[in-house]
Amino acid sequence: MTQATRIKITDVSKIYQSDTKTVEAVKNFSESVQDGEFVCVVGASGCGKTTLLWCLSGLHPATSGTVHIDGELLTKPLPDRIGMVFQDSNLLPWRTLMENIELPFQIKKKPVNRELVDELLEVAGLKGFENSYPGELSGGMKQRGSIVRALAQDPEVLLMDEPFGALDAFTREEMNLFLLKVWERTKKTIVFVTHSISEAIFLADRVWVMSPRPGRLSRIVDVDFPRPRHIDLQFEPKFIEILKSIREDVEGSKSGKGN
Amino acid sequence: MATDNLADKIPDFNSSAGPQGGGPVDVTAIASIRRAKGLKEILSVLALAVVVVTLLEFILIWSHTEAYVFPKPTSIIRSLFTDFPTLYLKPLRQTVQTFFLGLIIGSTVGLSLAVLVTLKPGLDIFISPYIIILVTTPMVALIPFLMLKFGFGMTPRVIAISLATGPMVMINSATGFRRTNAELIALGKSYGATEFQLFRKIRFPFALPMIIVGFMVGSIFGLLTAVGAEMVGGGMGLGNRLIYFSSLVQMSQFGAVLVIVATFGVGIYSFFTFVNRKWASWDV
Repeated sequence: MTQATRIKITDVSKIYQSDTKTVEAVKNFSESVQDGEFVCVVGASGCGKTTLLWCLSGLHPATSGTVHIDGELLTKPLPDRIGMVFQDSNLLPWRTLMENIELPFQIKKKPVNRELVDELLEVAGLKGFENSYPGELSGGMKQRGSIVRALAQDPEVLLMDEPFGALDAFTREEMNLFLLKVWERTKKTIVFVTHSISEAIFLADRVWVMSPRPGRLSRIVDVDFPRPRHIDLQFEPKFIEILKSIREDVEGSKSGKGN
Repeated sequence: MATDNLADKIPDFNSSAGPQGGGPVDVTAIASIRRAKGLKEILSVLALAVVVVTLLEFILIWSHTEAYVFPKPTSIIRSLFTDFPTLYLKPLRQTVQTFFLGLIIGSTVGLSLAVLVTLKPGLDIFISPYIIILVTTPMVALIPFLMLKFGFGMTPRVIAISLATGPMVMINSATGFRRTNAELIALGKSYGATEFQLFRKIRFPFALPMIIVGFMVGSIFGLLTAVGAEMVGGGMGLGNRLIYFSSLVQMSQFGAVLVIVATFGVGIYSFFTFVNRKWASWDV
């Protein structure tokens, strides 16, 4: 396969400083993401996976090292090329679902791409809820709405920060299937941060395993289950085998460092 | 302000405080008092009020209490209806005028300062000591001094009311602006929003419930200051009438003025509660 490199991360470190302490959240991280690839980042809490994602967004620049998007050095957010989805849906509660989806268009002063929005709403099963307020939607619907909001900008890269972390297990499975469906259709490049190893394996082409203090890339796992993937995949021996080995890594990195 | 939220500090991405509760001066509880709902509840609340007032009337009759000790509810009500145009309308108009003038000036300055400290976060440490002093000191205390400077007209009272309302509006609005969820700001930034767009589309609507509460509490402080200032001197307004009627021991008239003042206060509360429900209902 000849694929273009979408995201190139070179020797990225991120140091947070407070009055009392210095935390090396990410240290010497180098990797790249290919066009249309689905990468999941897993690791124990505090391993810097969210920090890494924010470095990729251009919102929190790296302390040292560089991030290139399509060969261009990242120095600030790229509204037309990078979309972000957070753990909280972050739908503005005073706007209806449709008004929330229209918000980025308003900020960019661009006409709303009705066709794309319609299609995305259809896939997300949110048709008929355009005029509902976020308070009237379920957690899963809200999160699907926020994904629709991000995808309606047609970004090349989608950065997702534990987007399903706050949902219950069943909704989470549903959301995973929904995300795969959307991804297979749009072929976006996705970097997906999660603390659920099984979610990572289920979704990803590759899983980056990070270890904490300082946050480093400790291992890359290629996941080559055929697509489209079925939810029962998680009961297959090979899946469980990968799950176990990553789990040992994550556990080991926690206890090994002593805490 | 975004630089403040997105600075290189150890981030806490999950602590997204809502706009309600907490803060340096937490006066938001007044906005969340439970109201009677439905015909049955409202009727029973009204019925209790009627019973209490009637009971008071009969106790005063049976105990042969003189009017100058405690006026009967019926005499207060009678005075309210018969003397309203002659005795109460003019002072009411004077109080309303000074109150609204003070409120408009105070809240405009307060809201502007809140926007300023939000956009220039370093400024708040210089401004907040004065705000704390203004919030904690009863502004009525300034009236004698202000009267020496500005005479007995409306000016000293308008100044005192502005000083009473402004800081309350400011402190609540600034808190509202500051509490805007950091992730929402990040979301806006990721779409390339300018500071102005962030303010208009995210910060301001997010802070609106707090701003409304600021206006409500500021107005209540303002009314307090208005009536108090009139009691100190100047010969105008409802506060002056309270002093006047009590010195003449015309307690029915005194009671009538008191009812008008109380109605005014409850009116302020109801108005802002209504505004809150209408434009910031997503918060409740």
